[in-house]
Amino acid sequence: MLAKRIIPCLDVRDGKVVKGVNFEGIKEVGDPVECAYEYNLQGADEIVFYDITASHEGRGVMLDVVRETAKKVFVPLTVGGGIKTVDDIRDTLRAGADKVSVNSQAVQNPQLIKDGADIFGSQCICVGVDAKAIGENKWTVFINGGRIDMRLDLIDWVKKCEQLGAGEICLNSIDTDGVRGGFDIPMLKAVVDAVKIPVIASGGAGRLGDFADAFIKTDCSAALAASLFHFKELTVSQVKDDCRAKGIIVR
Amino acid sequence: MIAIIDYGAGNIFSVKNALDYLGFENKLTDKREDIVKADSIILPGVGAFPWAMNMLKLSGLIDTIKYEAKQKPFLGICLGMQLLFEKSYEFEECNGLSLIGGYVDKMNEQGLVIPHMGWNKLEYNRNCPLFEGLGDEEYVYFVHSYKAFLDDKDLYAYSSYGSKVPAVVSDGKYVYGCQFHPEKSGETGLRILKNFASLSR
Repeated sequence: MLAKRIIPCLDVRDGKVVKGVNFEGIKEVGDPVECAYEYNLQGADEIVFYDITASHEGRGVMLDVVRETAKKVFVPLTVGGGIKTVDDIRDTLRAGADKVSVNSQAVQNPQLIKDGADIFGSQCICVGVDAKAIGENKWTVFINGGRIDMRLDLIDWVKKCEQLGAGEICLNSIDTDGVRGGFDIPMLKAVVDAVKIPVIASGGAGRLGDFADAFIKTDCSAALAASLFHFKELTVSQVKDDCRAKGIIVR
Repeated sequence: MIAIIDYGAGNIFSVKNALDYLGFENKLTDKREDIVKADSIILPGVGAFPWAMNMLKLSGLIDTIKYEAKQKPFLGICLGMQLLFEKSYEFEECNGLSLIGGYVDKMNEQGLVIPHMGWNKLEYNRNCPLFEGLGDEEYVYFVHSYKAFLDDKDLYAYSSYGSKVPAVVSDGKYVYGCQFHPEKSGETGLRILKNFASLSR
């Protein structure tokens, strides 16, 4: 049986790890290669770099970060942010990433999911989705870091992603992101029930028990957090110990 | 020196990175001389079986690989492991390297997501030098949609995903195969690579 994955995410801007709250108020917190190495020692099952650099030069810096990380971290690496074309996917995988995460670009150009999956395999195409509740059990998809409401139904979108060949969905709730009150269980449950591919819970982890909670209350395959691990409030190993104590299979 | 066979398959750098990190001299190569000279050989691979066999044919290395795999330690990883078998039915029937008896076919596990992707536990079936220093609770990283069907005598470890998924196979002599990616399996994977790299003729 597959182990549930605990995934620390590093938001990277111009080669530095940064962290904001509710997509705003960004502060720098360190060197991405060192942070990734530290997470690896803590038992991270996968590491996500999320590139929030806008510039073209910044992308090259990001690929260097991936290249350096791949020399000392031997767990799967995922890179998201700013991936617009099949060539971007190719460059990122060649730099040593195992998966890419496409988000806004996939909403604007769903063909990117299909092309990426056809050429490189579904296993390396993760679709990141930012969504927000607009009513009871109804959510819409946002792009550009939660700024633009696409008025696209979340459930329709994740089903479409699966159909196009996405290998997994990383679901980020804008409502719970940065609030630290736990993952958005109703949203997560709705998405897990709608697709067969693995779903990663993202946005909202604030306490130790939040991870186990997501695994107990939904069939999500993994849980991701950024600030909690960045600010060393919790380590990946503490989270895993808690899950293990509650009967959840973790590595 | 460990020869990592470079026949155009993706992601061979992570195997090289892991061997560099462990301090084992290695070389990415598509040259016969390097493979003949090497102390051991790694055949990596990501992609589809018929495509990979065709690339190996074009490289002109098939006879060398088949001969050298009987002279010195040889490790196939992921698709590289699947290529060790006699046949595959991925897209079309295609002959493999026939270094281990058996074939490769689509995983068909009721109700389970394919590809089998993620960390799964190694269940030991037989002793193997690659397991030196490993404990009972070892997880390794898999990404695949096809699996090997082989004799129990050649199966050294498996993982459970619906049914048994062959994880480590061997001919009992020099040829080894890992369905998972040791180069992406954290400390456990590094230990397996180190064990392989430490094998001698």
